[in-house]
Amino acid sequence: MSKTINNVVCPICGCLCDDLEVTVENNEIVKMKNGCAVCEAKMVHGYKSEERILKPMIRKDGKLVSVSMDEAVKKAAQILTDAKYPLLFGWSSTVGEAQRIGVELAEELGATLDNCCSVCHGPSVMATQEIGIPAATLGQIRHRADLIVYWACNPWASHPRHVERYTAFTDGRFEGSEWQSYVKKLKADSNRKKMEMASKRISRVEPPTKAASFTGPPPQMLEHKPGRKMIVVDVRKTMTAEVADYFLQIEPNRDYDVIEALRCLVTDQELDVEKVGGIPLDTLREVADAMMSCEFGVIYFGLGMTQSLGRFRNIEIAIALARDLNRKTKFVISPMRGHFNVTGANNVFAWQTGYPFALDFSQGYPQFNPGENTAVDLLRRNDNDATLIISADPAAHFPSVIMQNMMKHPLITINPDMNAISRLGDVVFPTQWCGIEYAGTAYRMDAVPITLKKVVEPPPGILTDEELLVRILEEVRAIKAKRGEPVGQAEPKIAPHKPTKATKTSRECPIQEKPKRVTKKTKKVA
Amino acid sequence: MTEILIKNGFVVDPRNKINCEKMDIAIKDNKIVQKVNEKTAQIIDASGLTVMAGGVDIHSHIAGAEVNTGRIIRPEDHYKDPVRKTSITRGGTGYSIPSTFVTGYRYSAMGYTSVFNGSIAPMKAKHAHEELNDIPLIDKGTYILSGDWWFVLENLAKGDIDECARLVSWLIHSTRGYAIKVVNPGGLESWGFGRNVHSIDDQVPNFDITPREIMRGLIKVNKKLNMPHTIHLHTNNLGIPGNYQTTLDTMNALEDLSTDGKPVAHITHVQFCAFKGENWRKFKSGAEDIAKYMNNHTHMTMDMGQVTFSDTTTMTADGPFEFSLYELGGHLKWVNSDVETESSGGIIPFHYKRNSPVSALQWSIGLELALLIKDPWKIFMTTDHPNGGPFYDYPKVLAWLYSKKAREATLKRCHKSARKKSLLPSIDRELSLYEIAIMTRAGTAQALGLPNKGHLGIGADADVAIFNINPETLDIAQKFRTARKAFANAAYTLKDGTIVAKDGQVVNSQIPGRTIWVDAQTKDPCRIDDEMKRKFKEYWTIEYENYPVTDHYVKVSDKLSVKASV
Repeated sequence: MSKTINNVVCPICGCLCDDLEVTVENNEIVKMKNGCAVCEAKMVHGYKSEERILKPMIRKDGKLVSVSMDEAVKKAAQILTDAKYPLLFGWSSTVGEAQRIGVELAEELGATLDNCCSVCHGPSVMATQEIGIPAATLGQIRHRADLIVYWACNPWASHPRHVERYTAFTDGRFEGSEWQSYVKKLKADSNRKKMEMASKRISRVEPPTKAASFTGPPPQMLEHKPGRKMIVVDVRKTMTAEVADYFLQIEPNRDYDVIEALRCLVTDQELDVEKVGGIPLDTLREVADAMMSCEFGVIYFGLGMTQSLGRFRNIEIAIALARDLNRKTKFVISPMRGHFNVTGANNVFAWQTGYPFALDFSQGYPQFNPGENTAVDLLRRNDNDATLIISADPAAHFPSVIMQNMMKHPLITINPDMNAISRLGDVVFPTQWCGIEYAGTAYRMDAVPITLKKVVEPPPGILTDEELLVRILEEVRAIKAKRGEPVGQAEPKIAPHKPTKATKTSRECPIQEKPKRVTKKTKKVA
Repeated sequence: MTEILIKNGFVVDPRNKINCEKMDIAIKDNKIVQKVNEKTAQIIDASGLTVMAGGVDIHSHIAGAEVNTGRIIRPEDHYKDPVRKTSITRGGTGYSIPSTFVTGYRYSAMGYTSVFNGSIAPMKAKHAHEELNDIPLIDKGTYILSGDWWFVLENLAKGDIDECARLVSWLIHSTRGYAIKVVNPGGLESWGFGRNVHSIDDQVPNFDITPREIMRGLIKVNKKLNMPHTIHLHTNNLGIPGNYQTTLDTMNALEDLSTDGKPVAHITHVQFCAFKGENWRKFKSGAEDIAKYMNNHTHMTMDMGQVTFSDTTTMTADGPFEFSLYELGGHLKWVNSDVETESSGGIIPFHYKRNSPVSALQWSIGLELALLIKDPWKIFMTTDHPNGGPFYDYPKVLAWLYSKKAREATLKRCHKSARKKSLLPSIDRELSLYEIAIMTRAGTAQALGLPNKGHLGIGADADVAIFNINPETLDIAQKFRTARKAFANAAYTLKDGTIVAKDGQVVNSQIPGRTIWVDAQTKDPCRIDDEMKRKFKEYWTIEYENYPVTDHYVKVSDKLSVKASV
C-alpha cells in the first residue's frame, strides 16, 4: 500500500524546503520528489540505516549492553545529578519542543548549555550582538534581489536548493530567474573547451593557462548584464563559483581586508594600494559599483568567514558594509545557517533565558559568556564532569584533545543512529528521527518557523527527544527531592478550555446594569 | 472548586460605575459570582486596600520574532538584571526585553492579567505563539500585521472589500490573531526597495494604492468581519518631526467611517505621532492639536506610548522608521528584518536620557496627551513596551498622571525643552483612581471588545488586582511615591480565581494563561482555490499548507467567535 504525502519539510539544512513529495510504502519512504541529493540520501536511505539504535544501552564493564528505558533514564538522571557541572550540548538537529525542555533541564541541573552554533555561526550571532544586522527573509530575496553575493560559502554543496529556490534561479515578483543565462554560459563554456581541445590536437601546443587569480567575465560585464547578478567570493573555485556571473578568488584569511576595502570604496575613500587580498583594486571598484547600483542586494556568508582568521570581526565588518550600502540602495546580509534547526536553538534559548547560546546556569540564573561557556572552551579546560550530547556528533567534529577530555567523564548520548559519539557513550539512548518519525517546529535560516511533519511510524518503544528529556527531567527532580534539595515545578497539565461565546456586536459592554453585590455598602467615599 | 471572598476592599470598577465603594467581591472557580459560602470560602481581607479588575494592557511587544531578535542582540541589557530560579518560578533575565517567564511574573506582580502583543508578521506567527505559551500568569492575544499583506493590497486596489474581508478572516484565523494591525500603511511595502511613503496620499510603489485607501479599506473590512477590536493603527511618518499633521490627516480621513460615534481605529503609541516642527532642531509638541481634535471627536481611541527615561530597545515593524532613527547617528546596533510579502521590521537600542531635549520633550508629549484628552475612555496608558520604556515603568507613568507633584519632580530634573516647548507645566489635572482604572483596565478591555475583562461585574473573569492604597487615608497626588510603590507591587493578584502574586512576589506560577484569538466566521468561507494556491506559491517561500498556525501552537486556546456580515 503506498501513499503520497505532499509539502513535507526536509529536516537537513537551514533551507528547510517544504515542498517535498514523499511516497510511503509499508511504513517506509520509497520515493521522494523535489528534494536535493542530500535530502534524498537522508529521507530515502539514511534514516533506515542498519546502524539504527533500537534499545537504550548502558556501558557495563566497557561494553554497551541493552537495558530497559526505565533503567537507562534512571542511570542518566543519576549521572547528571551527581555531576557538579554537567554540559548539555547539541540541540541543532532536534525540534524546538525538545530544546525548550533542554533549557528547563539545564536550569534544574545548574548545567552549562550550548548548541552547535558555537562551532559554526556562533561568531555571526556575536557580531549581531556587536552591531545588529540588516536581514530579510528568503522570499524577499526571491522577489527583489538583483545582486546576490555568496561570500565564503558553497551553497551548491551545503544548501543545494538555496540558489534554485530562493535566490538567482527563482522567479520573483520583481526579478526573474537567471537559469537561462546560466545554461547559455554552460554551453559557451563547453564550446570553449571543445575549441581548446581541437586546437590542442591540431597544433599540439598547450594553450596558455590562465594565471589570473580571479576568473569570470571582464569587470565591465557586471555593469551591463541584465537581470540578477551573482557574485561568489571564496578562496577556491567551488561549484557555486562555476554558476556565478563573477568569481573573486581571494587569499585565505583576507576576508576582513577585502570587505574593509569595499567599505572604503563604498564610502568614497581613496585607497593607495594595488591589491587587497590578492584582488586588484580596479576589480574591487567594479564590485563596489555593482553593489551600489543594484536595486536590492544581499550578501550570504558561510563558515569560511566565521571560522577563519578574524572570526566574528569578519562578520562585523561585513554587516557594516551592508549597513553602509543601505545609504545608497537597499542591502541585506544573512548567514547561511547549517543545521536545519540551529536558528531555532538560538531562538528557543533566547526567549527562555535572554541569551542565544553559551549558557551557564550554575548560579541559578542564566549567564552568557562565549569563550567560557562554549563547549569547546569548557572541555578544553576540562571543567565539566559529565556530558549529555543530543542530536549532534562532536566525536566526528571536535578536536581530539577536546574529545579526550570529554571521555574522562560520564557521557550520555541521544541520537537516532550509532554515530561516532554514540559509540563512546556510557548511556546511549535511541530516539526518533525528527521530521521523519515525529513532528515539531524548526526555524529556517531566516528564522521563519516551519512545522516538520511525521511521515512514517517510528520503531516500537523509541521515544521522541521531547518525551525522553521530560522523563530524564522528572527523574532528576525525583532524585533531588529525595536528597532534600529544592526542585522546580513541572509544567502544569492543561485542561481544555471552554470557548467564549460569540459576542453579538462588537465594542458593546454586555453588562450595562450595575451588578448586585454580596454585602451592602458600608461606607461611601467622598 | 475554589471559592474566594475578597472582603471590605475599596472597589474601583468604572465599567459598573463603582468608585471606591467598600464592598465584597465573590469568586467561584474562575468567575466573579453573586455570592459564595462565607464559611468555606477562602477570605482575603482587603480592608484598607483598593480592589480593581486585573490590568489589561492594550499594546506591548512581549513575543515574536522581532522581540526575540531584540533579546539576542542585547546581552549587555540582560547582564544588569539576572533573575534567579526559585522552587516556584523559572529563572531568566529582565530589563528592556525580559525573557518570557520573567515577562509573565513581572506583569503579574503589577496586577496585570491580560496583555496584547503589539504586532507579529503572519509568516512568523508560530514563533510568537510559542513564546506566548511560555509566558505564564497572563491571558494574551496578538495583533496581525495585515496592512501590507500583498493580498490585502491587491484586493483593496481592486476595490473588492468583500473578498478582502474573507482573506483577512482567513489570515486572522490561520495566525490565531486577535486584531488587524496596520503599521505605516504602504510604507512597509515601499521599504522592500528602501523607500517609504511620506503622507497618506503617497502612491505605494508597484501597487496602485495609497495609505489612505489601505486604512479606509481595512476599517471597512474590520466592520464587515465584526471584529471585537477596531483596527490597530501605527500611523505613517511615525517618529518624524511635523508628523502631528499626518496624524490629524489620518484621523480626518477616517471620520466618516464611524457610525453612532463608535471608534473605528485605535492609534497606538500616539506620543510618537504628535511631533511638531520642521526638523529635530525645531522640534515641538503637537499634543495640544491632537488633544483638541480628540476632545471633539469620538471615532478614535489611542494609547500613550509614554517615554520613561530608560535604556531600552526600540522595535517596530516600521523598518523605514528604524532606519531613519539609525541615520540620526549615535547608534551602535541596527537590525532590519524584512518579511517577504507582508512586512518589515527594525530594532535599535535606545537610551532616553533626561538631559536630551528630544527625549525630555517626548516624555512631556505623552503626558500632555493623556492629560489634555479629557475622556479617559479614549486614551490608555502604555509605554509601547519596550519602545518608550519597559512595562515595569508603568507605576512611574501612573504617578506622573495622578500627581502634579511627581511631574514637577521629574520636570526639574530633565532638559528644559520639556518645560519650554510643551504645555505640561501648566496642566493641573491629576487623575483619580477611577480614571486610572479606566486607562489601565476598563477602557482597554472595552476598546478590545472583551466582555469579561476589565471589570468586576457578575460573570467577569476572576482576574483581580488588589493594591495597598487606602483612598480614605492616602492622598495619592501628594504621597505619590507610596502609591507608586503600591502599583508596582500589587498586594494580591488573582488570575482565574487563584492567588498568583502577593506583595509583588509571584506565589503560584502554575496558571498558564489563555491565548485569546478571534474566529470571524464569514458566510462564504474564503475561497482557497488552485489559482489562489498557485499565487501563494509565488508569493511566499513556504507552501500554503505549511503557513497556518495549528492548534498545536496554542497551548490554552480561547477562541472568540464572531459572525461576520460577508
